[in-house]
Amino acid sequence: MPTLFDKVWDAHVVTEVPGGNQVLYIDRHLIHEVTSPQAFNGLRQRGIRLARPDRIVATADHNVPTKEQHKPIAEPLSRKQVEMLTTNCAEFGVELYGLGHPYQGIVHVIGPELGITRPGITMVCGDSHTSTHGAFGAIAFGIGTSQVEQVMATQCVLMSKPKKMRINVEGELQPGVTAKDLILYVIAQLGTGGGTGHFVEYAGSAVCALSMEGRMTVCNMSIEMGARGGLIAPDQTTFDYIEGREFAPRGADWEAAVAHWRTLPTDVDAVFDTEYTYRAEDIPPMITYGTNPGMGMGVTDLIPMASDLHGEASMHKAMNYMDLHIGQQMEGMPIDYVFIGSCTNSRIEDLRLAGALVQGKQIAPGITGIVVPGSQQVAKQAIAEGLDKVFETAGFEFRGAGCSACLGMNEDKVPAGRYCVSTSNRNFEGRQGPGARTILASPLTAAAAAIAGRIVDVRNEYAVLA
Amino acid sequence: MHPFRTLTTTAVPLPIEDVDTDQIIPARFLKATTREGFGENLFRDWRYDKLNHPKDFVLNNPVYAGDILMAGANFGCGSSREHAAWAIQDFGFRAVVSSYFADIFRGNALNNGLLPVTITPEALDEAFRTIEQNPAARFTVNLLEQTFTNEDTGTVTGFPIDEYKKTCLINGYDDIDFLLSQAQQIEAFEAGRVDHSI
Repeated sequence: MPTLFDKVWDAHVVTEVPGGNQVLYIDRHLIHEVTSPQAFNGLRQRGIRLARPDRIVATADHNVPTKEQHKPIAEPLSRKQVEMLTTNCAEFGVELYGLGHPYQGIVHVIGPELGITRPGITMVCGDSHTSTHGAFGAIAFGIGTSQVEQVMATQCVLMSKPKKMRINVEGELQPGVTAKDLILYVIAQLGTGGGTGHFVEYAGSAVCALSMEGRMTVCNMSIEMGARGGLIAPDQTTFDYIEGREFAPRGADWEAAVAHWRTLPTDVDAVFDTEYTYRAEDIPPMITYGTNPGMGMGVTDLIPMASDLHGEASMHKAMNYMDLHIGQQMEGMPIDYVFIGSCTNSRIEDLRLAGALVQGKQIAPGITGIVVPGSQQVAKQAIAEGLDKVFETAGFEFRGAGCSACLGMNEDKVPAGRYCVSTSNRNFEGRQGPGARTILASPLTAAAAAIAGRIVDVRNEYAVLA
Repeated sequence: MHPFRTLTTTAVPLPIEDVDTDQIIPARFLKATTREGFGENLFRDWRYDKLNHPKDFVLNNPVYAGDILMAGANFGCGSSREHAAWAIQDFGFRAVVSSYFADIFRGNALNNGLLPVTITPEALDEAFRTIEQNPAARFTVNLLEQTFTNEDTGTVTGFPIDEYKKTCLINGYDDIDFLLSQAQQIEAFEAGRVDHSI
């Protein structure tokens, strides 16, 4: 009666430690420039090498420019940080897909697209959106830099086993409603701390019907309800996605791997600590109104009053920051920026969806629209399909791969006081730049907002696309 | 890591829920490649306006001081950046008290000897009221006994921490020391399994 999570977790326990912790073996470790330098320094200070360099892959994503990526990075601190990743990877023998490499991109985009992410594995990265990889039926979670160093030194982390939650979404998503809306809806129900202490398995017919990219969008935002990670049972959709990718198993190895992966789904009589069920038909296109991802609502709803999920003080602070008020309708509200990108929504399907909507149209006057593909491979594919031209003709900028305006570490920032409809994952104060006001939405809703210059219900205005 | 045993001090109140790590240390300050110096930018955008003038924020209010940061529920949600724990510690705090913490932040704090103290919502509310009435009120965090005491009201509340982590904190041990001591078991694990991961 074990769950998918139990099966993967238990297969990776090296030893039990008195007091409830376990030594958990980590199959794959992804690193990037921002959360790794202090870990490499720690190894140097201790005089130790990497335990298993073959299990680590590095890329530069958080702090790279998305314009003129072939030139040296102009900003000195960013340049130093990216150069340090290169130096560290060379010194310690880590495979690096740095700027200019055809595999470079957001760490949570490249892992899956290269076939590194697989069902049944444990995977960590010094980034909270590592939960993305759970879409393959992997246990994947974000860690801090001390743990990055631990994994580098021993290929293990020390953790107590999280509790188990299952979220079922049954039925069929309505036209114009995407995986992003599904997860924003769930987070709005549970709040930004509702999953704390848990690993979440997403199940139900609406989840099973999602593509791998949709599943990644869902698992990506598990952390936004406080969960350590999210995962989805591997199935034929999963296997079809992985097969033939650069580092995917081949031949007899592939057959053996798939046979193993088929044993992973949760047993029918398994029990979860917590379980929720939602109807897919109840999920509208979602937007956020506040300053955490739990402050979300249907695009036509009115901003709700304070509640158990969001207390008076938090709501007051959020409304003040966003310059919005309780009871306000946001549909029709003018916006300033549209950002299509991030580890949540920068994959080829996201770009196709947004591209189909903007094709033959122009973004509204005064709107700045930026499209940032998740990886060099996504960019290459988009260009091959002519999507770069679709976006550019419509008035968007089509940039190089990176995390970009999701977290505003590089120069891609939203100015203070401006509203940005963003396909990213966090609407925290200042996330996209000091004073920036973020409204999270799906690629479809973001693209529609760029064309209209205001927040619109994609179900009405673009029903033709459904 | 510095050992932690017991601490009696005043506290700085931050009675806001869901304080995320982007507030604790904004991303633009994550370009440093060492662990030091992040305290200067702790809560940067809540402390200073864009001209770097101090704002009306508790860390700028001389009435409040102390080694404990007392914060609303779900403290440290969001990004996994350990820089958040470094910034709080570098600023001078030794413990953060809340009714619950985001998982990754909690782990990061523990790995740096910054003690996350989880108390009941009622005890937290009482502590906030105490500070409101008397900013000089003192609180004791006793790791050995696993108790949090509101010295003003005399209320004593227990807090959970696993035995292993408690031992680490009391002695200043890192997880990495422990994990390195497990090398033989790790090798045996690697040798003894069918691996489809790589």
